[in-house]
Formats: sequence, structure tokens, C-alpha cells
Amino acid sequence: MTDTPTDARYAETHEWARLDDDGNVVVGVSDYAQEQLGDVVYVELPEVDQQVDAGAEAGVVESVKAASDIYAPVSGTVVAINTSLEDAPELVNQDPYGDGWFFAIAPDSSDEMEDLMDAAEYSEFCEASEAGE
Amino acid sequence: METIFDLARAQRRAGAQVPAPESVEDLPKTALREHLPALPEVSELQAVRHYTRLSGLNYSIDTQFYPLGSCTMKYNPRGTHRAASTPGFLDRHPLAPVSVSQGFLACLHELQEILQRATGMGSVSLTPMAGAQGEFAGVAMIRSYHAARGDTGRNEILVPATAHGTNPATASMCGCIVREVAVGPDGDVEIEALKAAVGPATAGLMTTNPSTCGLFERRIEEIAAIVHDAGGLLYYDGANLNAVLGKVKPADMGFDVLHLNLHKTFATPHGGGGPGAGPVGAGELLAPYLPGPIVEKTAEGYRWTEPPHSIGRLSAFMGNAGILLRALAYALMLGSEGMQRVGEFATLNANYLAARLGQEGFDIAYPNRRACHEFIVTLAAQKRRFGVSAMDFAKRLLDYGVHAPTTYFPLLVPECFLIEPTETESKEEIDAFVDAMANVLAEAESNPELVKSAPHDLPAKRLDDVEAARRLDLRWQARKRSL
Repeated sequence: MTDTPTDARYAETHEWARLDDDGNVVVGVSDYAQEQLGDVVYVELPEVDQQVDAGAEAGVVESVKAASDIYAPVSGTVVAINTSLEDAPELVNQDPYGDGWFFAIAPDSSDEMEDLMDAAEYSEFCEASEAGE
Repeated sequence: METIFDLARAQRRAGAQVPAPESVEDLPKTALREHLPALPEVSELQAVRHYTRLSGLNYSIDTQFYPLGSCTMKYNPRGTHRAASTPGFLDRHPLAPVSVSQGFLACLHELQEILQRATGMGSVSLTPMAGAQGEFAGVAMIRSYHAARGDTGRNEILVPATAHGTNPATASMCGCIVREVAVGPDGDVEIEALKAAVGPATAGLMTTNPSTCGLFERRIEEIAAIVHDAGGLLYYDGANLNAVLGKVKPADMGFDVLHLNLHKTFATPHGGGGPGAGPVGAGELLAPYLPGPIVEKTAEGYRWTEPPHSIGRLSAFMGNAGILLRALAYALMLGSEGMQRVGEFATLNANYLAARLGQEGFDIAYPNRRACHEFIVTLAAQKRRFGVSAMDFAKRLLDYGVHAPTTYFPLLVPECFLIEPTETESKEEIDAFVDAMANVLAEAESNPELVKSAPHDLPAKRLDDVEAARRLDLRWQARKRSL
């Protein structure tokens, strides 16, 4: 069973988004996603101050198996990126919800967080896609 | 494993093959080396043994079964090599004038015509030197076409999830935005998703048919109509042409431009075994934009010509000439009847292999569809039950003396193998592969550790591909020695 913390919300493309105390939305990929990807070897992040749109590409994560796009779960401006992933992409595997975070967005509005799944819905979504194999 | 430098001993020489040294007195000092070249100091016999031993470690289509899905690793007939090695071809200088190159040009012209007939495209340019370059040419042609009409807002390329893996990269390289189109549970493109994706920004759609799942896209004509109605064009990636060679022409499916991989479908050497060739074919609309040069037949003989609105040159001279000649020899050896048998036997072999693996307890993706030249096995159930992944399975197959199928591609299917036996394998060879797969499956159940730690019988054991990707180190450096 993969870890799905309840303090985050989730996109169908397997990013998690967590609203921080300062109003920014921190983004990473879920435990389920990192397990599916396998060992991550490279992460490409957006630029700070870059505008991102919900559902649009904002980065790339590359594992020994595949290269996958990272989509911004909400629209807004990138305010911080996790530069430690450049030298230590394995953090995505080791601590997907903590040190393996990708970037933080100052969201244009708080509404888009509501469009994402909560932990229970996301777990169900992952189980359904497993069953769909 | 020992390198030849590990065998070296100081002052050991193999001089019999070395030409007598010439005086270097006339050369300026700046042209003279300061250090001795870092050559391995070994005897002639040591050198011969070392390289003979290495050649035995080589894995190739000439030695073993190579079911690498999407790559069409078929036999490269020796007759084509012989034909292309004719001294008249080998000794011709690429800058030789057209007047003394009529035979060579006649061959290229004939290949252009054969590829035109095989694809239904009115014009073919042979110059792209690889599949990727062919794709690049095709999308650049689509962009030029829209630009020439002043339709500058079209910058999106639609790519179904079952398209070839290189297609999104090509679209990006050509400055386009990639829009993925969803695929339904039956493996065909979702028509509603396509309708929602097309619009005034659509430059075109890139896809293979059969798809990367080895399935024939049954609604291809409807797809073509939707894209054309939206003002976009259709690009056919020839990666999987082997399945339908001599049976279906991409032009008849509604495609406007395509590339062929001669190193797949037309049996020229492949990958590390030789340079590629990715000719581009186009219908009436895009023919003026083809990369040059193209061979033209006139009353006075053959000559080079440039298409009027060509996207330009993609290679010096005429692409990989030796490869083009091999492809021509292959096509002539087959004839049109033989070409049809390629598609038939490629499909028969794949379906036979899929059925046999199904009987042995493997899960075939899209079990309700008929496979084309390749098919997908998913090992997701084995991973859940025994903890043995597709990669572990692949590594263990190496111990059985077969090249592993393509792993983890396409991305749509988890823990997958993409398996393409090609038409040139015998039933016995395919049966032996089934036995190897069945053995590994039994081992996965009874002794999963054995599979997870494979390979055991190869010169190199399990490689650390994660470390290799994270800390890429491709340089080997010889020690400098002073004169």
C-alpha cells in the first residue's frame, strides 16, 4: 500500500498539492507515482517567477524506466523550486511528500485546489487504475 | 573485464604490420607530438586473441534471437551486402560528376519509385540519415506548408498515447506544442478526445499504424477526416510499417507525409550495426517541401534536383548511400509478392508467439484484439505475486541466451514487454523463446531471488543503471607517457 497523506490534495496525473501556512501551494509527485516511476535519475523544474497553468506542463521527471511530464495542479506563479533535486533526484523516491517536493506556486485563486482529489478519492483512483490493468 | 591496456607490458611490440617510419625532419615542430601515443603494448597474438574474444561477446541478430519490440530486428540478408559492395559503388567518390554516376543515380531513382509504390506517396526523398531525422523533416514540412499559406497560428502537434515514443520529441524539436490524445481501453484513439483536441492551432497529428501497442488503428480514416477538417495534416511514422508492408499504403489511410526506417522494414543493418536511413515520402500537398536532393529521370539521363520549396538539406551528399543501396537490393530480392509476405509472416509470427505465451500463463495486453507485427505482455501480476519485475525478468532472459524484449514501453501498460519476433525467425526459434519465458516464469515462482539477481552467466552481472544515469561517466583516458 502506498502512502497518501490526508493534508494534501491530488491530481489525476499523480501530483500532490499542499496549501502551506503562507498561502503557497507546494507540489510534488505522490508515493504511488514514485513507485511506478522507479528510481528517479533526473528532474527538470520550472523557473522561479514562471507563470504556470493548471494542467499544463511545468517540469519533467525522468527515471530509469521513463520520462514523464509534471503538470501544475493549480495556476499561479512559481515562487520556489527544490534545487536539491538537481544533485539528489533520489529524494523523490526517498521522501516524496517531504524533501522530494518539486516547486511551490503562489496560486491565482484558492478555488482550483477544490478541483483536485482528496486522499481517499486519490487512493480509490489509484486502486481503480491498478484493477484496470 | 580486461581491457587491452590491462594486458600491456612495457616495451612489448608487435611490429610486423607497422610501416617503416618516415623521416619527420621536414615537419614544423608544432606538428610533432610531445608524448608517445597511448597505444597498448601487446604482442600481435595478444591483440588477435583479445579482439576475437570480444567479438564472441557481441550479441547480434547474426548470433541470437532479438525480439526487441518496435525495432524490427530482422535478418539483414548477405545478398544485399554483396550487391552494395560492388566496386563501382564502393569506389565512387561522393563528389563524382553526375555524368559518371548514372548507375548510382539510377539505383536511387528506382528506390524512390519502389518506396513511392509501397507507401502510395507521390514523391520520396532519400536523404534523411535516421528515423529521427525523417520525422524532423516531416514536421518541418508541415510547418513550412502552413507558414507558406500565412496560417501562422498552427503550432500544436497531436500525438495519440499509442504513437511512437519519438513523436513528441520531434514535435518539440520543431518548435511545436505537443498535445496528447487519449486512447480507449480497446487501444484505439478516442474519437471524442480527438474532436476536442483539434482546432485552429492544430498543425497536424503524428502517429504510427499499427500503433506502439501492436494494434491496427481501425478508425484511421475517421481520424484523418477529423484532422483534415480542422486544417491539420497527418504524419505517418513508419516505425511499424513492417506489419502492413505490401498490404496497406499509408497514403490510402489518409496520411500526407511519412518517414520509413530502412534499417527496420527494409532490412539494412541496425543500431550499433550500421547507420540508419529515414527516407521521407509526401503526397501532392507537401511534395514541394521535401528535403533535397531528389533524383530525377530526364530524357538526357538522371540528375539531382531540389524541390521548389524544400526545407533544405539534411545530410551532406545523398544520405547513407551504402544503406540505400542495400535497401534497394532487399526490395528487388523480395519483389512485390515477397513484400506482401513480409507483412503476412511478421503478423503470423507475432500472433503465434502471443498465443503460445498466453497458453504458458502470461497476460497479453489487449487480449481481444489481433496483434499486428508485435504485442505486449504485462508482468504486473507476476510483480504482485512474486515481487519479480519486468526488468528482473528481462535480465534473467539474458542467461537463456536471448535478447530481452523492449521493457517498460509503451508507458500505457505497466510492467510490460513489447515483443516483436519479425518474419525472419523460424518456428523452432520462436518455440525456444517460449520455453525460456516459461522457465523464467517457473523460477519467478519457485526462486524469485534467482530472477531478481540475474544475469548470472554473462561477463557483466546486474548493472547499476540508476548510478549510471545519475553519474554518467563515458570517458576512458589513457595515461600519458613521455617520449
